[in-house]
Amino acid sequence: MALANGSATGLILAAEGGLDYMSMLFVFMLSTFIGVGVIRRVSRLLHTPLMSLTNAISAIAVVGSLILAGGEHYPTGIRVMGAIALFASMTNIVSGFLITDRMLKMFKTRDGGKS
Amino acid sequence: MTYAIQVAYLLSTALFIFSLHWLSDPKSARRGVFAGVAAMLVAVAATWAMPGISRHLWIVIPILLAVGPGVWLSLVPLTAVPQRTALSHAFGGLAAGLVGTAKYFFWFNEPGSPSLTSFRMVAIVAEIILGYLTFTGSLIAAGKLQEIKWIPQRPWVYKGQNFVNLGAFALAIVLGVLLILSPAERWSPLVFIVIIILALNFGWMLVMPIGGADMPTVISILNSYAGLSAVAMGFVLDNKLLITAGALDGSSGLILSIIMCRAMNRSFVNVLFGAFGQVQQTAAAGSDKVYKPETVEGAAQIMEQANLVVVVPGYGMAVAQAQHKVRELYDQLKKRGITVKFAIHPVAGRMPGHMNVLLAEAEIPYTDLVEMDEINPDMPQADVCLVIGANDVVNPAARSDKGSPIYGMPIIDADRAKTVFAIKRSKNPGFAGIDNELYFSDRTWMLFGDAKNVVGELVKQFSSGGGIH
Repeated sequence: MALANGSATGLILAAEGGLDYMSMLFVFMLSTFIGVGVIRRVSRLLHTPLMSLTNAISAIAVVGSLILAGGEHYPTGIRVMGAIALFASMTNIVSGFLITDRMLKMFKTRDGGKS
Repeated sequence: MTYAIQVAYLLSTALFIFSLHWLSDPKSARRGVFAGVAAMLVAVAATWAMPGISRHLWIVIPILLAVGPGVWLSLVPLTAVPQRTALSHAFGGLAAGLVGTAKYFFWFNEPGSPSLTSFRMVAIVAEIILGYLTFTGSLIAAGKLQEIKWIPQRPWVYKGQNFVNLGAFALAIVLGVLLILSPAERWSPLVFIVIIILALNFGWMLVMPIGGADMPTVISILNSYAGLSAVAMGFVLDNKLLITAGALDGSSGLILSIIMCRAMNRSFVNVLFGAFGQVQQTAAAGSDKVYKPETVEGAAQIMEQANLVVVVPGYGMAVAQAQHKVRELYDQLKKRGITVKFAIHPVAGRMPGHMNVLLAEAEIPYTDLVEMDEINPDMPQADVCLVIGANDVVNPAARSDKGSPIYGMPIIDADRAKTVFAIKRSKNPGFAGIDNELYFSDRTWMLFGDAKNVVGELVKQFSSGGGIH
């Protein structure tokens, strides 16, 4: 009985400690489903722009890099790694969005109407 | 304050989803880019406004430094888009790897390391393995696509290769589990560094044996990894925006990989570990069939009589930068009232959608670019099928020859057209090294030469009065 009580408390503690992790897993699962649903409907014509656009979107790693590079309580070594990561992500953001737009501008219909 | 940041992240997430949603149609696609830019601006501004972010120079300088290379990489010729894409996957992987590494050492150096929970360690290990293997793998892919000299274009294979690669990967996983179980021992950082080294090596070893024809699949898989490493970063940093945006990228890579694999009738495992090159060398041996060459004059005369001309572009068109000449030919044929359609195979070129972008660059209306499944029922009505630098995607062996390495791959039925003209650089077999029966068919005539020159000559035939009655 005591053993059962002990393991029940353990379970509750684990559940409380893991609560935020579970919500992150939920977010991951749901956004994957949304991603699959949205991307399946992307026109096959646009698969190259799709890839460069998602390149830019996955450069959201900029958020993590920015926190490391600019956070006040980090030592210099860590800040350097953050700054390099920030440079890499920012390059992807700039080039990803610009080239996607450059490509999409080229897709025109017969009457010359722009996309 | 943190509440406001969370709301901003929520807005950013919604904008990212709209961004991809608007890509479903070329008409609304540019709006999608603006939504993406807005989402990114909101995300960066909100993060910058977080309490505790005060070393502004450390943020401003990398951002300013990134503008130059970013703009430069966005101005590459469209034929170089596959290598640009691979390079940006490398950057994404590097960023994820570095953030994971930095966070681990920061938490390790805290007294007692209370932040290194098991869940976080799982996420950190996933982040650094995915991040660093994407980094070196994508660099090699970019090098192969750019045709850098010291990276072999053909698959690089040796005996026991799969054993070595899988061994390295398995070792990294085992060490990863060890690290998750005891993240804060004195020797743990050493294990961490060994995992990084293994992941870096696994990445390039994975891509080296893969040939150019498989690049569309490999780029898609690496795209997926880059997204998943951002997801892992989100788990590490407890940041839901990273998780959602990374998951969108991850699922995009996943779907593209599935489409590419289906279009080649192969599985992921087969692409990554299949050593495609070896099979083909044996298949290419021994055939003494003869090509029937044709002159551009003759080809132009026959094309002029046609009602429907179907053009099948392939990587050869991209290499020769022939898309603008193709557009001139398109104009000449259209002027004569001939219907011209472009048949696009999903894996034509070196990345998903490669041909569409090149033809759009040459201002060919996207309404005349037709997918394989839609054009195939019309192929028997095509009077002329003009194959420009495409090979495996029109090889009838995929339908009939069970011994062929490409058997079962869906193809464009060029051989069902009434007449086929194939533009080919040389008499050698194509990239995959497989003989193409289409070239020996009764209805096929070959136009040997560089795609740009041959199409240019055809245009001259039409414009210089040779074809005008």
